[in-house]
Order: sequence, then structure tokens, then C-alpha cells
Amino acid sequence: MSDTHAQTVRFVRESMLPQQEPPIAQTGAVKWVRENLFSSWLNAILTLLSIYVVYTVVSHLFPWFANSVWTAGSLGECREVLAVEGASTGACFAVISDRWLQLMFGFYPSAFYWRPVLTFVLLVPALAPILYSERVSSKMLWFTALYPFLATWLLWGGSFWVPLLVIAGFVVGAALFAIGSRRNLIIATVGGILGAIFWWLFAAPAVNSSLHHMVGQSRAESILQEASSLRAELTPELQALEARKKELEPVIKAANEEKAALLEAATTEGANESAKEAFLAKVDELQALRREDLAIAADIVGIQSEMSVARALSSSIPQLPTLEGQLPTFRSTYEELEAALPSALRGLRTPNQAPAGTSAEDLNALSSVLSAKSSLDSAELAISSIYKQIGIVGLEPVNSRDFGGFMLALVIGLSGISLSMALGVLLALGRQSNLFIIHTISVGFIEIIRGVPLIVWLFTASLLLNYFLPPGTEFDLMLRVVIMVTFFSSAYIAEVVRGGLAALPKGQYEAADALGLDYWKSMRLIILPQALKISIPGIVNTFIGLFKDTTLVMFIGLLDPVGLSNSIRATSDWNGIYWELFVFIGLLFFVFCFSMGRYSLYLEKKLQRDHR
Amino acid sequence: MTTLTEQPEKGFRLSQLIYDTRYRSLTIQVVATILLVSIIYWLIANTISNLAALGKEFDFGFLSSRAGYDINQTLIEYDNSMSHGRAALVGIANTLLVAFLGCIMATIIGVVVGVLRLSKNWVVSRLMAVYVEGFRNVPLLLWIILIFALMTESTPQPRDFKEGGSASMILWDSVAVTNRGIFVPSPVFHNGAALFGIITLIGLVAAFVFRKKSIKRQLLTGQPPVSIWVVLGALIAGLAAVFVLQGFLMPGEQAFNPAITLNLPELGGFNFTGGLQLRNSLIALWFALSLYTGAFIAEIVRAGILSVSRGQTEAAYALGLRPNRTMNLVILPQALRVIIPPLISQFLNLTKNSSLAIAVGYMDVRATLGGITINQTGRELEGMLLLGSFYLLISLLISSGMNFYNNSVKLKER
Repeated sequence: MSDTHAQTVRFVRESMLPQQEPPIAQTGAVKWVRENLFSSWLNAILTLLSIYVVYTVVSHLFPWFANSVWTAGSLGECREVLAVEGASTGACFAVISDRWLQLMFGFYPSAFYWRPVLTFVLLVPALAPILYSERVSSKMLWFTALYPFLATWLLWGGSFWVPLLVIAGFVVGAALFAIGSRRNLIIATVGGILGAIFWWLFAAPAVNSSLHHMVGQSRAESILQEASSLRAELTPELQALEARKKELEPVIKAANEEKAALLEAATTEGANESAKEAFLAKVDELQALRREDLAIAADIVGIQSEMSVARALSSSIPQLPTLEGQLPTFRSTYEELEAALPSALRGLRTPNQAPAGTSAEDLNALSSVLSAKSSLDSAELAISSIYKQIGIVGLEPVNSRDFGGFMLALVIGLSGISLSMALGVLLALGRQSNLFIIHTISVGFIEIIRGVPLIVWLFTASLLLNYFLPPGTEFDLMLRVVIMVTFFSSAYIAEVVRGGLAALPKGQYEAADALGLDYWKSMRLIILPQALKISIPGIVNTFIGLFKDTTLVMFIGLLDPVGLSNSIRATSDWNGIYWELFVFIGLLFFVFCFSMGRYSLYLEKKLQRDHR
Repeated sequence: MTTLTEQPEKGFRLSQLIYDTRYRSLTIQVVATILLVSIIYWLIANTISNLAALGKEFDFGFLSSRAGYDINQTLIEYDNSMSHGRAALVGIANTLLVAFLGCIMATIIGVVVGVLRLSKNWVVSRLMAVYVEGFRNVPLLLWIILIFALMTESTPQPRDFKEGGSASMILWDSVAVTNRGIFVPSPVFHNGAALFGIITLIGLVAAFVFRKKSIKRQLLTGQPPVSIWVVLGALIAGLAAVFVLQGFLMPGEQAFNPAITLNLPELGGFNFTGGLQLRNSLIALWFALSLYTGAFIAEIVRAGILSVSRGQTEAAYALGLRPNRTMNLVILPQALRVIIPPLISQFLNLTKNSSLAIAVGYMDVRATLGGITINQTGRELEGMLLLGSFYLLISLLISSGMNFYNNSVKLKER
């Protein structure tokens, strides 16, 4: 302003002085440091101490990372490279580049790596409508609903109609429900559920095996021809590969010797740069040779297994008519013997189940019945397995035992997470229920599952499940693990959701009742949306815990990343390495778990309705 | 308007079981019971028939038969001629030991880190955040195996401790960190140790009573209580005096015969003798469990302190309370109500997670009863049942204790 003066009259100040800069100690970085780092002597000590800790860690870690070696065939070679480069410390991340595929896929057949990769790529569009519901069209939810079947089929393989048959179960259930709901809602629900269960238990397996049978029968001839021509084709290929492998052997040996010589030259006093570079180039070359050797070995194994499959087929397909011809005789023998057996002994599975005092004759009769039954069963099994093998239209099946690495952790983790959420909410509702029996069952389930460590449950699944199920039930190990992990984390989720349900004001329940909503509607529309929102942090923490707990499957013989790291450390090449592997595995888990935690924060913020 | 709610009187129809809310809950429960009972019956029938087919019986007799295997860490007396039941007890003791040690260390770590994470000091709080996030987001199993690998692969061998070797003992030659474990001094009790123990106990009780009385006097008269440091100092000084005096009075070869001496580890041949050997398996399990659970406890402590609203602190300051009294008398009692229940459930988690001992070969109850015993006797069903019941019992005991505590500190409302 034009009429403001700093000094109008000497002793009366009419206008403000211009603002002055604060003292140097009260501004900028200095002020911040004084207030935050050195506000008291205790704080100062803590600051200095933590700066020292950070310095020590960084001063050890930085050269370790900076000098890391990414190409080497073994720990010894890695140390040689470090010695040549003149580094006293350095990380051998070569172990990760060397075993990368194994750490990712375990022993999944290398020809089918595209299948898990595709599965996880498709996971993104499947999850998008759930995770970012406001940005992605809800029509994508159809794909989300189909995704589990697609993923299972891609990962485990099999005929394309198997997932369709499973989906058909839902269709059957829905159709029965639609028909019944015109008459009576409750009967329709029960009918729908029973119909679907009946479909899955009886109709779907029958359709599946008859489809396999049909396709197999029509293709048997052509497959037989194909198998013999395949063997003829593959034999020269195999020979060529074996010859190449033989050729490589001396090359690798020579390269090893050259490397040793170069090492000596490069590590002597006053070795020049070119010697070092020559050594490093040799290591790269050697590693490339080893890679080629390994690839050839893998190809050889692949061809050999293909040939053995072809050989088995060309011996088993011609047997099919004989086996099928024998079947009626086996069956009639068994039925005759069974009819002759005293009624007390019928239905027994071993002679030592026979009641005490059974005569020797009867025991003999029993054992002949049992042997007739076992030959009948094995003939049936042989026929059905041959048809299953030649009748597949779709992807090559992969055994659960071959799953491993991060793929395994992700498969178990994701299926556990999606299944346990649903079960957990149901259990929480059951625990809050007024119905005494439902309440008791839920409490019992939750407390028993939570009271026992997951590892004991996993051992139960792998050791004891065969006791609890009818004899001869084959139960996939992966499926057992997923079920156990699901039960375990659903009990925890139930407790978290129960907290959310209990935290809601009673008025919400009363308001839902006052609106005349029935139980399920009031839960779905009023109670659960609010309760689940409150419980998001707890639910996500449970999910994180579940994902971390997938590492426990190593104790029942599945090769998860930690189990693989143990077996890598046990090989002669990488014996004695640990930091690099653990840093890598830990980092991968960290990325997944940390981003889950961040997502939960984002979700909480998004769903916040009280405008504070 | 009283006639509206009258129900028309008609006989009972079957459809009321489904449509009438008075009967529907009964119907649902009956159906649930029938389903549950039939599932349980199906499982038990399968089990009985499978057991019979295998020629096995459901029988806990194996617990009294000879175990025949050694356990490398025994807190109670055990050798391989004792029974499987005894071996299970040894395993239980080992589980409880590592759980107990882990709970103490995890609490210390958790409280310190939780408080420091709230500190205004930027460097310290960031460092603590890194620790918490790092440990919470990486599987416990990985930490256990990593610490075990560190202990076995990067520590010196016992023979390196020889004269002129590359390694040396720490803490005035009393502790040796080797790849076979950490060797620490162990106490040896002589004549008079019991007397000293009794005197210590009496001293502790006296100090406690004195402190209580002086606080009570403060409430009555306003006289400030004797500081806790003074009481503790007096207690320690008195006990030291008793210890020295007793050493001179006890008969023996020397002039000074202390009631308790230390047995220091010494290098003998290829390994250390004397002292107490803390095996790598115990150390790895203990440290990993404490660091991992400590990160969770730190978050609990932080949340607990943050849950006490700022107005409480300001009110305490307005009353003229000093910061530490504010903490002790105003913040902590309110924060503890929030902290204790999840803290206990973390202890429970730690106890259950101690079953990961399998990764490092620590002989806990899973390894004895649920491992070697099952393999030797082929009694999977009985063994796993006992193992599960042990863990279930512990968890039910602790959670019922927690419920009791929760009810006692619950805010009394309408």
C-alpha cells in the first residue's frame, strides 16, 4: 500500500514492520533435525544408534549387492569369479538364475510352462472386477465365475469336458430350483442342492468315463498306428540328441580345464584386465554350454517318456479286446464264489477281519473271493485307465506331485483365500445364530480348528485321511492341502467377522427386522456389508497369514519355494549358500503380502463412509 | 385393536414346520443334528472298518512301551529305555520351554518396538517400521531356517577356539558361539544354596510388601512413597551381603565357599565341555519366533497406545501430572485393556507356531509324540489325536483365562 510507512513518527508505530526471517535454528532442516532427531538426550542417543545400525547394514549390503554374480554353475565357480574381480564380498545370485525355472514351477513339465503362465495372466481379468469394482464393468464377473474351472483345467489338464461337466452340476441344480420354485421355495432349494450333488457324485463320472470310452474306442486304431510311427520317428531324434550330448561332454571338460588355467592367470599378481575378461568370458561360455547340455538332457528325458508312453500304448491297446473279453468271466467267477460264501463273511476286505472261530474252509473261500475280486477290479481299472489315456480330448494331465515353487504357493494360497472367505462368513453367522445346535457346531468347529497348529492338520490330512474315508478312495494330495488350509483360515476369518458383527449397533439388526426383511435378506443387504467393512483389516491379515502358511506344505512332501531352497542347498553345486536364496524367496513373499496389506488400506479408505 | 394379532385357531399342519417361524428353527436344528450325527457316524464307521482291515486296534497301550530313541534336549530325566509316554512328556516340556522363552522375548521386543515406532524421531520410527513390515510379511518358516543356517554355517567350529585359533569366546571367556550351539555358563548349587534361595524369596516378598505399604501410606497421608529404585537397590545390596557372608561362613577347603558358583564352558578335545549347551535348533526357533511374534506385538502395542485419545493425555497434563505418571496412571491402564487380549492370542500363536520346530529338528512334542513315536509304533491315529488334544487343551486353557480377564476389565456399561 502506498500510504504505509515503516516509520511515521519516531515513537508511535502506526504500521507493521515487514516480517523477518526466523532465526536460523528455528527454520528449515535445522529446525526439523532439532525437533525430530535431537529433542532430548535419549532421542539423540537413539538417533545416533539407529544411524549406526543403518550404516553398518548398508555398508555390508551395498558391496554385497554391487558385486553380485549372476552367471556361474556352482558356488565354487561363483567364488572364483569374485576372486578374479577382486571383490572380498559379493552375492551369488547365480543360484537364482541357475534354478529360476525350478523355483517358479517346481517339477512341472517344461513343455507345458505356458499353462501356469496363462493361468496367472488370466487371473488379472478375473480379479479385476472384484478388486476394482468401481472401474471395471460388472459383466466381467462372468469371467470371474468361470475362472476357477478354467484355471483348474489349465493347471491339471485332462479332457475339456470335465470342467464343463462340473459346471453342468450348477446348471442342473439351478434348473431344478427354477422348476421347483413355482411350487415351493424350500423344496426347490433342497431339490436343487440334492440334484447338483447327485449329478457330481454319480452322473458326471459316468458321463465322463463313457465319453472317454467312446472317444478312446474310436481312436484306438489310429493311436496305435500313431504310436508305432512316433516310435520310428523319435528313435533317430533321440540318437541325434544323445550323440550331441556325447559331443558336448569333452567340450565342457575342455572348457573347464581352460577355465582353470585362465583362473590361475587371472589371479596371479599383476594380472591384467584382459586376463580377467578372458576368464569371465570363459565362465559365460561354460555356463552356456552347461545350459545347452541341460536342455538336451531335458529333451532326452521328454522323448524317452514320450516313447515309453507310446510303447505302453502299443502294447496295451492290442490287449484291450482280450481284457474286455475276460471281464465277463472274472465277474461271473467272482459272483459265483461270493454267492457260495457264508453270509457272515460277505463284504469283508481282508481275512483278518473274519470273526474268531471261522473254519479254515470258510477262510479259504473268503481268500479266493477276495482274489477273484481283486483280479476283477484290476481288470476294470486297467481297461478304464487305458480308455482314459487314449480318450483324452484336451490338455495332457499333470500330476499334483509335479507342482512346485511359487506356482504351488500361489495355487494353494489363492484357492484357500477364495474358499475360506465364504466358509468363514458362514461360520461367523452360525456362531452368532440363535439356533442352539447351529451355534454349538460352529463354536466347536472354530475352536477345534484354531486350537491346533496348521502343521498338525496337514499331517492329519496326509496321514489319517485314509482312515476316515471309505476304502479305496483316492484323494489328491493338493486337494487335501487346500481343504485343510481352507478350514484353518476360515476359522480365523469367522472370528474376525464375528468381531465385525458384534461391533455393529443393535439398532441395525432391529432396523432390518423392522423393515420386514427375512434373515438372509437382512444379512445380505444390511448387516454383512457393514460388518465385513469393519473386518477388512483382520480378514486381509488372515489372508496374508494363509499365504505365508503355504510354506508349511513342504513338510508333507510338496515342493514349495522353501522346500526347494532346502533341496537346492543340499546339492553339491550349491552346498553352503543360503542368504541369496532366502533373500529372493523372502522378497517374493514380501511383495505379495505387502501389496495385500496396502490393498486393504486402499479398500478401507474407499469404503469409508464417515466423513471425518 | 386387540383382535388383530390373534392367530386363527386351526390344527397343526405339517407345512408349519417349514413356514411357521415358531417351528422352523426347530426343524432346521433337527435336520442339522441328523446331518451331523450321520456324518460323524459315517467317519467313525469308516475308521473302524479301515482299522480292522489293517489289523490294528484303537489302543493307547503303546504309550507305556519302551521308546528306544534318544532325545538331545531333556528338561526332565529321560533315557531311551523309558516309555513313549515319557518321551511325549519330554517333548511337551521342550515345547513349553521354547514357547515360554519366546513369549518373554517377543513381549520385550514388541513393547520396545511398538513404543519406538510412535516416537517423533523420524529415523527411529522408520527403522522400526522396516522391522515390523519385514517380519510380518515374510513366512516364519523362512526366518527359522535362515537363522538356523546362519548359526550352523557362519559360526566357527569348536576347534577354532584352540590356542591360536581364529575364534575366541565372548563376555570375559564365558560364552562360546559355535556351530554346534551356544555354550553358556551354568549355575552349580552347593551346600547352602537352598538357604540362599529362601532368603532371596523372603527378601523379595518383604520388598514387595514394603513398597505396597508405602504406596498405601501415600494415598492416606500424601507422603511420597519410597522410590522403587531405592527398594530394589536395598534388596540387591542386602542379598549380595548375605551371599558374601554365607560364603565365608560355610565350611570348606577354601576361605570363601559361595553357595552358587558358575560352571564355565571349556574346550575339551573337539567340543566344549561344562556349561550349558543351547543347541542351534533351540536358538533358531527361539529367536525366529520372538522376532516374528515381536513384530505383531509391536503393532498391537502401537494400536493400544493410539487407542487412548489425546484428550486423556491433555487432561492428565492439565491436572499437573508429570509425563511418566501420565503414562503409568492414565494411558497404560486404558491401553492395556486394548492390548492384553490380542497379546494373549499372539502368545497362543507363538505356542502353536513352535510346532515349526520340525524345520530345524528341535525335539518338541510334535517331533517325539507326533514324529518318532508314530513312525516306530505305527499308531498314527492315536498319536495325532493326543498331539492335537495337547495343543487344543493349551489353547482352551489360555483362551478361557483370557475371557475371564476380559470380563474383569470390561467397561461396565448399562
